[in-house]
Amino acid sequence: MTIKKLLIANRGEIASRVISSAQDMGISCVAIYTQDDANSPYVKEADEAYKLEGSYLDAKEIISIAKNSGSHAIHPGYGFLSENAGFANSVKKAGIIWIGPSGNVIKKMGDKITSKKLAEKAGVPTLPMTSDAKDAKKIGYPILVKASAGGGGKGMRIVEDPKKLKESISAAEREAESGFGDKRVFLERYVEKSRHIEIQILGDSFGNVVHLGERECSIQRRHQKIVEESPSTVIDQELRDKIGSAAVQLASALKYESAGTVEFLFDDKTKEFFFLEVNTRLQVEHPVTEEVTGLDLVKEQIKIAQGNELEFVQDDVELIGSSIEVRLYAEDPANEFLPVTGDIIAFEPCDVPSVRWDVGIEKGTVVSSNFDPMLGKVISYAETREEAAQKLALALERSHFGGMRTNRDYLISILRSEDFLKGKTTSDFVERVDLNTEIDLSDSEIFDHAVAVAMWNQAKNRESAGVLSNIQSGWHNARLPYQKVDLIFGDDVVEVKYKSKRGGGFYLSNDSSVMIYEFDDESIDIEIDGKRIISKITCHEGKFLIQTIKGDLLFQMKERFESSSINEIAGGLTAPMPGKVVDVPIKKNESVKSGQTLVILEAMKMEHKVTAPSDGNVKEVLIAVGDQVESGSTLVILED
Amino acid sequence: MLEAQSLKTRLNLNDDEFISNKKSMLGKLDEINDLLDEAEAGGGPRHHERLAARGKLPVRERIFNFLDPDSPFLEISPLAGYKSDYPVGGGCVAGIGVSAGVECIIFANDPTVLAGAMQAFSVKKWMRAMQIARDCRIPFVQFVESAGGDLRPRGNRSSVALNVGHFAESGRQFYEITELSKLGIPTVTITFGSSTAGGAYQPGMSDYNIFVKEQSQVFLGGPPLVKMATGEESDAESLGGAKMHAEKSGLADYFAEDEMDAIRIGREVMSHLDWSKEGNSPDSIYEEPINDQEDLLGIVNPSLKRPFDVREVISRVADGSRFEEFKPLFGPTIICGFMKIHGHTVGVLGNNGSLFPDSSQKAAHFIQLCNQISIPLVFLQNITGFNIGKEFEQNGSIKKGAQMLNAVSNSEVPHLTIILGNSYGAGTYAMSGREFGNAFTFLWPTAKIAVMGGEQIAGVMSMVRRAKAMRDGLPFDEKEDAKIVEGQKISHDKGSEALIATSAISDDGIIDPRDTRTVLGICLSVVNNKEVKGSDGFGVFRL
Repeated sequence: MTIKKLLIANRGEIASRVISSAQDMGISCVAIYTQDDANSPYVKEADEAYKLEGSYLDAKEIISIAKNSGSHAIHPGYGFLSENAGFANSVKKAGIIWIGPSGNVIKKMGDKITSKKLAEKAGVPTLPMTSDAKDAKKIGYPILVKASAGGGGKGMRIVEDPKKLKESISAAEREAESGFGDKRVFLERYVEKSRHIEIQILGDSFGNVVHLGERECSIQRRHQKIVEESPSTVIDQELRDKIGSAAVQLASALKYESAGTVEFLFDDKTKEFFFLEVNTRLQVEHPVTEEVTGLDLVKEQIKIAQGNELEFVQDDVELIGSSIEVRLYAEDPANEFLPVTGDIIAFEPCDVPSVRWDVGIEKGTVVSSNFDPMLGKVISYAETREEAAQKLALALERSHFGGMRTNRDYLISILRSEDFLKGKTTSDFVERVDLNTEIDLSDSEIFDHAVAVAMWNQAKNRESAGVLSNIQSGWHNARLPYQKVDLIFGDDVVEVKYKSKRGGGFYLSNDSSVMIYEFDDESIDIEIDGKRIISKITCHEGKFLIQTIKGDLLFQMKERFESSSINEIAGGLTAPMPGKVVDVPIKKNESVKSGQTLVILEAMKMEHKVTAPSDGNVKEVLIAVGDQVESGSTLVILED
Repeated sequence: MLEAQSLKTRLNLNDDEFISNKKSMLGKLDEINDLLDEAEAGGGPRHHERLAARGKLPVRERIFNFLDPDSPFLEISPLAGYKSDYPVGGGCVAGIGVSAGVECIIFANDPTVLAGAMQAFSVKKWMRAMQIARDCRIPFVQFVESAGGDLRPRGNRSSVALNVGHFAESGRQFYEITELSKLGIPTVTITFGSSTAGGAYQPGMSDYNIFVKEQSQVFLGGPPLVKMATGEESDAESLGGAKMHAEKSGLADYFAEDEMDAIRIGREVMSHLDWSKEGNSPDSIYEEPINDQEDLLGIVNPSLKRPFDVREVISRVADGSRFEEFKPLFGPTIICGFMKIHGHTVGVLGNNGSLFPDSSQKAAHFIQLCNQISIPLVFLQNITGFNIGKEFEQNGSIKKGAQMLNAVSNSEVPHLTIILGNSYGAGTYAMSGREFGNAFTFLWPTAKIAVMGGEQIAGVMSMVRRAKAMRDGLPFDEKEDAKIVEGQKISHDKGSEALIATSAISDDGIIDPRDTRTVLGICLSVVNNKEVKGSDGFGVFRL
């Protein structure tokens, strides 16, 4: 059956990705969104969009939207319900085409213990494992404790010391329980110098299964991939055929339909590979396979779901060139890669040929804590791996985007590092290779860009002035201090002091001379002592994002005046008028929050609340209900 | 944009005279710059350190923080009190700036100078600031920190010291503050320190008062005086502290945490004024002059004896150097015409020689034209006076001169006067000098202002002496007289110099010639806070 309308049961980057391929096939796309995503790009890219009352995990509601909108098929993307067998089955039951493997396969592969057994049965090598802690010794340390139902690093623990095994199992169980609602965990051998190698497979309803070569995704932080590539530097054609056919073997045994990924652990020393799991969905990192094979995996998925037979056989598949993907995250690499939130105040990818931006954000997107902090993926393609890496680094460096901390600078460091360029990309990369997590600029380069921000800001001030806007910036005929801008950069404050020069340009307080060549709403072009800086610049609520040759710098302009609460405190705890105390809802020694009611007075038939001006402890209550108080008399004494 | 053609320059930049003029002008500017540094230093580093130790800001930082970032500030009479008993600047700063988008005039005590005590210079500058507020209809802002009046006995006053006169003649300042308020011109006061006795009326008469916690002290009589007068024991904080005034007396409308907080509140007040200008807005787009403003440095010969074409100045201040000259062939010693400065249309009068009867007549005509269409007038003075001699008297020099004086006096459009060189005698009046009600007067460093030249005055006095000697039949000592003549000439010339004039606050300050266009641009914007309306009638023209 030809799919004419497709509902994408996902959001963000992957929703945009699916919409783009589907629309290219002439398929009308239906998006779903929650309030947080009301302004996300994919909602607008779709042909129709419906708001969810529930969440992206609400299977019932999604199926009902699919039915009501007349969608013929549902594409689950990755994450959310993509590997939920129950959902796959319900979709089918509702007479809607499910783009993905059957519920049965999802279920089998979803359970790591079952999947491992099936792999063994199909003759695929697996790591020694057990679900019984007593057998730990047999497996040998270090041991990896993993959640049966898990993924993405949740419920995972590496145990080196047998004494810590019990404790780690309990912790993993707790995480598994809260993360997946399934507390089962198992143990397996942990390979220290390993790589993560995965094989992309495609299977159709005619029983044809092909593999599309490998992806290497060894570089991970917090057990999540951040750099992926195809082909891998350690897989030659012989090895590729070997691992590939193992994957095909397993998929064939499963009668696998649609796209899937068989993940392997690759031992860097012995060149052994061990089956890890099968991902029964499109992977985040699928684009690198697309780049080197020339295939569109979303289109292939749709065609398979429509009942088409694969149009090529294994021998047709050839990996040409090299492709690398990096995942852009709103996170702080300097602070254990913890997610951060904020507004994307600019998003202008640099137009480097053969660099693909699969993103779900745009200028104005709010990155909230409600969703995964992945902003998108950037994928490069080139004839050689080195070129692909360099090109991708350049694209990241020359793009203008941000508004909060991201891992961009760190990704650039990885791509430019010798270790990466030499293919030393084992799974311990992040811990092993000490790389700059900050932008690779000297203090003086950062200062120069702070100057550019100050210059842009003054030009903007002049332009927007209601009066005397055409008088030379900061002109005065006698003596005044230098104009001053304090820009907060990380933990530092960069102070820029300047004064304008007769006939144009500025002096800085360090005697440097600055010339402005061009200025507009989005950019500035200046020269500082003969050094030219031409940068895009975006200002949003006191934040200034400025482009450099190594990526963007985010400055926060310090407010000229500090906020003051002196007048609030002044009237705080004394009676604002004469009246009768009608209620004292606090007690001595009680701790109170700012704004909490301390006393209620009645005067002129009106109740008046006296509230705490700040958090603190009640040191003394000087009045009681029924007391008549004079204006200005102290009611309550608070201490910090 | 005016349709007028751009003026071509005839200056020869390689000319020896131009080069030496420029050198001399730069020398004068260096001297002025040193004096401006002196003004900034106020009472000296010791006082600045003491202030800083108490968390207080220097006066110029207070002003700077009150102004909008990157906005201009036109300081008025920064060299007041030059060569007086007081430090250059007169212990205060006055100037026009933009705060929260509102053009305003700020008058601020410099607490490093005699703890901000008021004396003749500061009072005159203060009065001038209020006059600007009144004439231009711009809010008046005061930064008060003053020990009161300078009560020290005056002994050794220099020649430029101003006389305060009798106490009965003082106090007009307080009257002026409330007058401004009545005229709909808000008066905003931040009291940074003490403001006592008469000074207490500075905030007392203001529309808005901002007091700084544990810093502002405002009382009619301080603790010692209270003790003397009534025997009551008191402390300054309870007598006139900021908190007391905020909570009890109500003199403080806003209670600030510290100086920056007070300045922040001051800006809040400015922003709520919702100030709109009654005058014209300039063209938003205009051309810069074609001729280089830098060349203004070399136009005037320091001796002032060499004439220069005032059109060379006009072509360096006018938008696009465009100038439409009125009656170019008639009365050519005065140049009249129309130009734009920073998008404001103005009429300009400039001297190309002394005033002849027909030049006066032409000027009187031109001033009426500008009043008819309500555009401001710019006077570029280089005037030795009205031409004298039999021929000119017979041609009605006085009568026609009176026509010009009548027109200048009764003209109601704002007059902006720049004294480029000579400004002598009745010429000073006719070209809208300070006492002829102009809005602003600025001097080039080369300006000389006096009743007549030193040589003339000394010569006239010598003739008087010779006549007296002859009358009395006494011998006349030629040698002695020559000495007296030389002495008088030097002393008179010295006394007519720009620095001496500006010390007495008889103008608004000396400017760098290259800033002429900018200063005029600011003044034109400021005068347009009030509707620019030409005079409906003049006095009787003696025809």
